[in-house]
Amino acid sequence: MNEALRDLGDYLEATIGEALLTAEITYDQLTLRIKRDAIARVLTFLRDDQNCQFKQLVDITAVDYPDQVERFEVVYNLLSLKLNQRIRVKLPTDERTPVASVSGVFSAAIWLEREAWDMFGIFFADHPDLRRILTDYGFEGHPLRKDFPLTGFKEVRYDEEQKRVVYEPVKLPQEFRRFDFMSPWEGMLHLPGDEKAPPTKREEGGA
Amino acid sequence: MPEVQIKPMTLNFGPQHPAAHGVLRLVLELDGEVIQRADPHIGLLHRGTEKLIEYKTYLQAVPYFDRLDYVAPMNQEHAFALAVERLLGIEVPKRGQYIRVLYCEIGRILNHLLNITTFAIDVGAMTPILWGFEEREKLMEFYERASGARLHAAYFRPGGVHQDLPAGLLDDIGRFCETFPKVIDDMEGLLTENRIFRQRTVDIGVVSAEEANDWGFSGPMLRGSGVPWDLRKAQPYDCYEEIDFDIPVGKNGDCFDRYLCRIEEMRQSLHIMQQCIAKMPGGPVQVADHKITPPKRAEMKRSMEALIHHFKLYTEGYHVPPGDTYTAVEAPKGEFAVYLVADGGNRPYRCKIRAPGFMHLAAMDYMCRGHMLADSVAILGSMDIVFGEVDR
Repeated sequence: MNEALRDLGDYLEATIGEALLTAEITYDQLTLRIKRDAIARVLTFLRDDQNCQFKQLVDITAVDYPDQVERFEVVYNLLSLKLNQRIRVKLPTDERTPVASVSGVFSAAIWLEREAWDMFGIFFADHPDLRRILTDYGFEGHPLRKDFPLTGFKEVRYDEEQKRVVYEPVKLPQEFRRFDFMSPWEGMLHLPGDEKAPPTKREEGGA
Repeated sequence: MPEVQIKPMTLNFGPQHPAAHGVLRLVLELDGEVIQRADPHIGLLHRGTEKLIEYKTYLQAVPYFDRLDYVAPMNQEHAFALAVERLLGIEVPKRGQYIRVLYCEIGRILNHLLNITTFAIDVGAMTPILWGFEEREKLMEFYERASGARLHAAYFRPGGVHQDLPAGLLDDIGRFCETFPKVIDDMEGLLTENRIFRQRTVDIGVVSAEEANDWGFSGPMLRGSGVPWDLRKAQPYDCYEEIDFDIPVGKNGDCFDRYLCRIEEMRQSLHIMQQCIAKMPGGPVQVADHKITPPKRAEMKRSMEALIHHFKLYTEGYHVPPGDTYTAVEAPKGEFAVYLVADGGNRPYRCKIRAPGFMHLAAMDYMCRGHMLADSVAILGSMDIVFGEVDR
């Protein structure tokens, strides 16, 4: 299984060319990192090439890393029924830069891109119907971004006097609690008061 | 008589309609009775599961998966448990694997029973639902005896299953496996050769194999179109490799073939369950590493270390090494997968849930075009939509 994946990775490195930045295998899964503007071309190649035949686009999603310059990582998961292999294609983007839509390559992308737009605010250029999909009519913001609070901004209730549903700002009877689990047994990475120690990634991320 | 041009009518189907299978709002543009465009509006049951999971430990995330496809809860947990186990690099003991497979197949029957019977009621057959739900109740009792809950089980956890099966349960499941084929036969007797059922389903909502791939179909929707693809066979997980079963494949890709696939899958599930019961090995049901699974209750009364483990597990949880994985299982509705990104902390950094129903519903517009209004109900019924997983 792993051998076949490595061969596939080598083959793709040879054929896709400079649009492919890296190809690595983690947890028995092949991940390609590509340049943003090559996405439609790469996915078309993966779909149509005789040695790939990734006929199914199973998923499009994104991951938000607010600290990075290009904060979003768009992730495409593909499946080849012929090879019985999966492949993952990743590319970076930010709030402003559009990503080319692949709805012309896979019809399944239409709703998946709508979802990524709704949840993260990633703009897909030339998408036939880029509306919100999961959130409420008239919703503002993109809920899966890391800077969007879990509680949201608006809440709804039925108003007996106006006889309709009204939207109001969220009122929390208690501050939202986030526990710090950095424990002295395993989580703590250096001693308290030891300011000289270099900061670790997890501490920068928040706590 | 002069020809009269009729303006296309827009019809709101749902969100409060018994045939909408939950909270689907379907905006249909009709030319007379022919559908020109179908625009499903989803998200009325959106609960922000993915966002919530980012704020919970790995163990606390498990119950959210019961609430996705609430018709077959344990199959969803399975995907999440496998994803976490892959990142942790642990393997579940054999008995744990067999219990999981046994309960996955119970889940499959639970799901298909609900789908076939509600599909039948959508196209006009009343009786199957009355028979099918009696059997579902028996299966949910098996859920209850293993996990304590009929629906929201939280039974499959990263590292195994929560607890061992109580004495006598396997015998009772075995007895059920003997009586259930009769119920399938009865139900088939009502539907398969039924003239009305066939008129409503044969050649309705036809999807070719290429189109099914293009739209990202999986499960019976893909197999109904003649693609022999099942993750249990193609990319086996847990102990499916050691079990013998067949994969039913349709021919025409219409609603009727998808129904036939589901009927046969129930028989195959029974076959798998019987093998699991026969082969059920002894031993532990979860990994012995108490950094991941809780220690025994009795042990906690005596051992200080066990007490600390228990406390740490249920407050902080365990840390999962950084990495990402896309782990898929063959849920009753199709490929249910979790794309899990871990950052080394005790909470998932990102947990994307890939629901099969979402992809099927995306093709609703494509499948409905040119069909009659009444056919949209049959197409929707054969898609096996549950809004818990579509809206997440």
